[in-house]
Parts: sequence; structure tokens; C-alpha cells
Amino acid sequence: MGALSKWPFKVTSFIAGEDLWRGIVAIAVFLFFWEIGSRSEALFGFAFPWVGQVPAPSAVLKEIYRLIQEPSFWHSAYLSTFRVLEGFFAAMLVGIPLGLAMAVSRTFYGITFPVFEVLRPIPPLAWVPAAIIFWPTQELSIAFVTFLGAFFTIVINVIGGAQSIDVRYFQAARSMGSSTFDIFRRIILPGVLPSIVVGATVGIGITWAVVVAAEMISGGGSAGSMGGAAGGGLGFFIWNSYVGGSYTQIVAGMISIGIAGYMSSAILRKIGEWMTPWLAES
Amino acid sequence: MIARDSPEPDWARGYYRAQNKLKIKSHAMSETELTHSRVIASARENTGGHVSTLALTTHRVLQWLQSPRPYLMFIGFSLFLGFWYLAVEVWKLPRFAEMPGLTAVVSEWLSKNPTYGLSIFMEEYYLHIWVSTRRIAIAFFLATAIGVPLGLFLGWSRRFKQYVFPVFELLRPVPPLAWVPLAIVMFHGSETPVIFLTFLASFYATALNTMLGVESIDVSYIRAASCLGAKRWQVFRHIIVPGALPFIFTGLQISVGVAWFSLVAGEMVSGQYGLGYVINTSYTMVRYPTIIIGMVTLGIVGYVTSAAIRLLGDYMMQWRTRELALGGDR
Amino acid sequence: MSTQPLYTRAPMPIAGTSTQANREGGVRIIDVVKMYGTQDTGVLAVDHCTFDVPAGEITVVVGPSGCGKTTLLNAIAGFHSLSSGSIYLDNEMLCGPGKLKAEPGPDRIVVFQNGALFPWKTNIENVAFGPIMQGYMTRKEAFEKARGMMADAGLHGIESNFPGEISSGVRRRVEIVRALMTDPKILLLDEPYRALDSLTKSVMHEALLEIFYKNRVTIFFITHDLEEAIFLGHRLVIMTTRPCKPKKILDIDIPHPRDYSVLTTKRFREFMEETAAAVHEEATKAFAAGEKER
Repeated sequence: MGALSKWPFKVTSFIAGEDLWRGIVAIAVFLFFWEIGSRSEALFGFAFPWVGQVPAPSAVLKEIYRLIQEPSFWHSAYLSTFRVLEGFFAAMLVGIPLGLAMAVSRTFYGITFPVFEVLRPIPPLAWVPAAIIFWPTQELSIAFVTFLGAFFTIVINVIGGAQSIDVRYFQAARSMGSSTFDIFRRIILPGVLPSIVVGATVGIGITWAVVVAAEMISGGGSAGSMGGAAGGGLGFFIWNSYVGGSYTQIVAGMISIGIAGYMSSAILRKIGEWMTPWLAES
Repeated sequence: MIARDSPEPDWARGYYRAQNKLKIKSHAMSETELTHSRVIASARENTGGHVSTLALTTHRVLQWLQSPRPYLMFIGFSLFLGFWYLAVEVWKLPRFAEMPGLTAVVSEWLSKNPTYGLSIFMEEYYLHIWVSTRRIAIAFFLATAIGVPLGLFLGWSRRFKQYVFPVFELLRPVPPLAWVPLAIVMFHGSETPVIFLTFLASFYATALNTMLGVESIDVSYIRAASCLGAKRWQVFRHIIVPGALPFIFTGLQISVGVAWFSLVAGEMVSGQYGLGYVINTSYTMVRYPTIIIGMVTLGIVGYVTSAAIRLLGDYMMQWRTRELALGGDR
Repeated sequence: MSTQPLYTRAPMPIAGTSTQANREGGVRIIDVVKMYGTQDTGVLAVDHCTFDVPAGEITVVVGPSGCGKTTLLNAIAGFHSLSSGSIYLDNEMLCGPGKLKAEPGPDRIVVFQNGALFPWKTNIENVAFGPIMQGYMTRKEAFEKARGMMADAGLHGIESNFPGEISSGVRRRVEIVRALMTDPKILLLDEPYRALDSLTKSVMHEALLEIFYKNRVTIFFITHDLEEAIFLGHRLVIMTTRPCKPKKILDIDIPHPRDYSVLTTKRFREFMEETAAAVHEEATKAFAAGEKER
């Protein structure tokens, strides 16, 4: 009855001890099996399926150590990050006002939401060719596609957040004599803030995925002629490593992207918590 | 409220708690609720208490037709399509110079003898749709078959979560497409890497949302069940699984969306056939209207798959559909 | 273990020495202490609590919000462990030294504050849940018994509905029927009518009493509403604010069966006078301490 008696799962106790150690043990076991699997050819004479082809963690670690000393690697990282932030902020800039407008005016919502919902299922990457045709430069088309990735998520979350603001807050404000602008500023904006934070944290993850994908497609891909090399970035780096046959670099690149993605989500979440102190559990 | 488009529900716990504190009720619904209760009351009198789900659905559809919404929708689409048409073909704006126009796309899509080979009358069109859908189906079912049980156990057993979750979280931040080269190295052939990618993205969304679903179940239900004498596995089967079902289905909808996302990416990079491949090659072969056809088709198919899951969920969770149709709790 | 000063009527005999205590469902709470957290940084919820719940009677515990009465109920039910002390059910130790946590079981069923009818099962599936889970009835038998009990309680006609389709008052009643299906020794009610409006509440009270008269099951009822407590209870235990301890214990000698006309009788008002001051004092203390609802 262990799980039942300790319900609900408290995050704070994670630091307390057994959780941390069990997690470490699990990761260690995982890394161990990965290492063995990668070396299976040498150790057992035959390669394990799938894992046998993957470079070993030890080799990857060495590669990472080498890479962090190379300026070109950091340049790629910087490029990718820049693209992510570009697209992400554009999405916030356009998405938040649009979402608020849709939440506030039912007429506007009725007109725009169906079109929005029809465009939403189209994966952002499917827009790449259209974007390339439309925008004058390669950078702008990638930026546009990146923007799309986060845009839909942010708008949906903003609408959801605005709609869930308890109507009694509005009634209370009106009864105290607030003007419409005041209501907007003091009720709607703070009320929507948690949802914006949620949308942003999720959106940035999507943005990373799109940026990496776009870089890979522009730099490589079976088509290969999506308008020449798009000037680096981590996605391009990974694809290049593959083409160049350096498998350890592939994994090193993947790990870097993973770390970058995780850090950007974590930073956003921290900013979000700072902006919405009233949500913190006492 | 549904957390849309999110494969990462870490935040969601706080979000849902905040939602519950605000007691969700969109005030624009109140009029419809009143009408609903009146209709339900009279329906109850007539049928002797039990209102069928079909009747409720029909009623809601009629309500919708009488509201301004269908007409606003019409306006929205007209504006959008109208702008596209005018920008490309009438005003000939410089930015839109090379874009395929609305008439070009539509005539191509619906023509019996398309210039570029793809229209609703061409067999190849449906072949591409089938190939993409098949990949999605395989990846999605695998992801669900592995992700749902895993998510259930992650939420149910604290010990299991302590061991498994860190490894899970370690691999998650890597975006699906970053796996492409490694997948190509690991799996041979051209189909498997694409399906693997799609599976991965789908799997994470499903497992996380399922886990969150289990953790969000009100502890009172579990306590009530233990009081009534249910053993642990009985609690799992009768309380945990049905209780997590709403979250599981939200997760499945998200998962299907993410699956399409990854699939298209994978197909564009290394696939033969499929809608992503169509869009890619249409660009390189300068068949611009076909690009739009591909995009539109993707949108439709994506929407249909998502809606199918939602309908399945509504059917499996009758209790919820009825509760919501009756205007929430009283 | 001095219980004498708290009683205004004859005290409860010690366990094992009286026939009264051997009747089914009697609970003895002896010197229970519950502390959350560690010795220095923890919160003391229950402080050396001792009182009896006589078998076959309705015992109502009244106290300000957050005072720890739910903790007591949870300890009896087996959801929380004790820090020290012991609880006996019918002379058998439920929890105590060596076994600080009881096992939840069908002999002590809880009816929760916000209701815990499973929303994904129909009402009749809910009611029949206990016997089916425990395996001593087939599905058919359980459904039959459930139908009978629901009809007895005046809940005929809603068997195939889901809990989400009926009003909260009716939901509560279905939940109580569900609890009674397994013939529990004691029914633990944790402020079950808290979320209902007072008009529905008055109907619920009479319904609960009706059920009690038919079944004679021991009832342990927690509330913060003094009127409800005096109306329903055979015995009233007034708790201090956190950490909780019985402040005053009364036997309500208004004769059963009771109906709502009892509220306006002189005896009822006398009880209110006796107890209102004590309750109000604790409520003020709780307010000053800034008690928050968990």
C-alpha cells in the first residue's frame, strides 16, 4: 500500500533522499547497458540489433569534451538559439494579442477561430516550401516556420486561460466601478498570465523541434536543394556529422540540443513562476 | 480545460490546480445552459427520465445552427480565401508573385487531368495519403500500446516512477528530428527510421499525459475504493484506469498531432511516398500548386485523425459527455 | 486518562468490562496524538485525545475548521497513522503501539466531504461495488440487493444514471447507501453535507436519520455546524481548535425518532445554550490563529 499511503506524490521529497538515489541508480544502469550494447561487437563477437550501431557513451563524452572547446560548435549553438528566440518572440508578440482579442470578442472569435483551427493541423514543416517561395530570404522562411510552431500553441493557451477566468472577478470589478480598460489591465491580463506561461513553456519546446528540423532540411535532406546551405545551426551540425560519418558527433549534437531545449524550458518556467507569485503553493 | 498542443505536462499540475481554483465556467455558456435545462426537463417528462445521447447531440447541433456561429465562420473563411485570391491573382502583390493562386490550386486539385499529376481523381494522390496514414497508424498504435501502460505504472507506483522517470526525462528534451541520423544508423531501411521518429514523439506525449492523469485522480476515490474492500489491483482496474481516461484521451489527441509533425519532418528528410515527400518534391520540381494541395490534404487528414480519437474518447467516456451536455455539475 | 471532568452524564465503562462496549461498532479513542512532520518543525494536529463512540449510536464531533477532527476520522478509517495512542474497535485494536496505522476496510466506511461516487460508473454499479469487489456476491446478486436498498432509501429510478447527472444531495444519499451495502460496523461521515445548501441539508438530515433507524449502524459524524450536530447526535463531542482535544462531551437526550420539529423545542434550545458558548470560543481562537481550510 506504499503508493496509496504516500499519495499525492510530493516533489519536495524528491530531494529528500531515496528518490534521488534511485534515479541515479537507474541512469547509471541505463548508461551501463548502453555502453555494453555499443561495444557488443567487440565484446561478444556479434552486434546487438539497434544498440550495436550506436556510439558508446564513453566515446560520446570524449567528443563532447572536444566539441566544447571548438568555437565553430558554439557558433552553431548560438545560431540555433538565436533562431529559436526569434521565432518564439514573434509568436508571443502576435499570438498573445490575437488570443486575447479572440477571447474578448465573440464575434472576432467566430470569424477567426475556424480558419485558425483549419490551419492548425498542418504541421509547421509542411509550410517550409510555401514559406521559401513567399519570403525573400532563407532566414526569414525558417523564422516564419519557427514562428508558426509556437504561435498556435500560444494562442490556444491564451484563449483557454482567458475563458477560464471566473466571471465573478469581472462582476466584482464592475461593481467597484472599473472601466473596461481597467478590467482588461487588472483582471484579464493577470488572469491570463498563467496560461501564457504554460503556452510559452510548451511553445519553446516545439520551437526547438522546428528549428532543428528546418536546419536539417535546409542543410541536408533527400531533396538537398532547399536553397543552399542555411548557414549552420545545431540541426545542420547533426546532419553534417551523419553525412561525414562521424557518429559520435551525431550523439554529441543530440545531447547538446537536448540540454539547450531543457534549459530554455526551465528558464521560461522560472520566469513564469516569478511573474505569477500568487500561484505558488504555500 | 484541455492542455492543447503540449507534449510536456510538467507545468500542467500547477495549471490544473489553478484552473480548479478558478472554477471553470465560461460565462458565455450560461444562456445555452438555461435552454439546455429547460429542454432536458421537458425531454425528461416526455421520455420518462432518460434522455438519449443522440437526442442531446441533435439538440446541440440545432442550437449551433441557430447561433451566429456558422455565419461568422463563413465570413472568416471568405475573408481568408478572398484575400488569398485577390493578393495573387487580382492585385498581383509583389510578395505573392510566385505563390500559386487559389483558382490554380482548386482547379488542379479537382481536375480530372491535373497538370502536375495529383488531384482527387488520381490514384497516386490516395497512395500518398495511404502511405502516410499507415505510418502514423503503426507508430501511434505502438506508442499507445507502450505509452499508456507505462504512464499508468509511472503514476501508480511511486517506486517505479523513481527508477524509470529519470531515464525517461533524460531522453525527452531531444527533439524528434534530431534523432533522424541516429535512427538511420540504428535501423536499416527507409521505413523504420521514419516510423521510429513518429513513434518516439507520440510515445512521450501519451506516457506523460497518462501519468499526469493518474496523478490527478482525487485521492478520495482511491480511499473510498479501499474502504469498500477493493484490493490493490482492483483499485487499479476500476478506479485508476477509468479515472485517468480523460487525460489519456487528451494525451492521445496531442500524440496524434505530434505524430503528424514528426512524420512530415521525417518524410521530408528521408522518405519515399507520403505527403511530406509530396510537398518536398513538389517544391524541387517547381510544382507549386501541388504544394498547397499537399498542405491542405495534411490538414484535413490530421484533423480527421484527431477528431476520430476525440469521438472515440467521447464514446468511451459516456459519463463525461452526458455530464457536460447537461451543463456541468449542479 | 482522566475523562471524568469532560462528561456531564455518566462516563463510558472501560473496555472489556461492560456489555455496552461489546456491542458492534463501538470505538474507543485512547490518548491519541498525531503530529505531522518531525518533532521540532512539525504540526501537532491531535493532542492527547480520548473519548468513546458508543456502538449503535450517532456520535457527532464539532469543531472549527482545520482543528484536526478529520485527522481523527482518517486514523480510524486507516488513511493516516498515529504518532502515539491507540484506537479500539469492539475491543480489538485498530491501531496503536506497534501498529500505528490501521488497514482501510469495509467495516469502517467513509463518506467523503465532496463525495466519492465513481463518476465513470452508473449509480447502481457504484452501490454494488463493495460486495462485488470483496467477492462475496455475484454481480447479479449485488445488483439485486443494491436495487432493493436504493428503493428503500427512496432512490428508485436513477439506477442507470451516472453520478454526474443527478443533484449533489441525491449523490450523497446514493453514497450512503453504497456504504451500507457491506454492513459496516461504523459509518464515518466527514462533513458530508458541507457543500449543500441548508434547505437540501435539512432533507438530508431526515434521510440520514431514517437510514439510521432502519439499520442501527454506529455513526461517527464530523461537522462544524452545531445545529446539525445537536439535531443528529446521540452524543456530542466539542473539540478545541488545533491541536484538537475534546473540550466538552454531552449526551443529547432528545428522544428518537426525531424530525425537524425538534429544532423549535425548548430542550433543543437548552442544548444550544449549553454548547454555543464553548463552540464560539473555539471558533474565535481558530479565526485568530488564521486557520485555513485544507
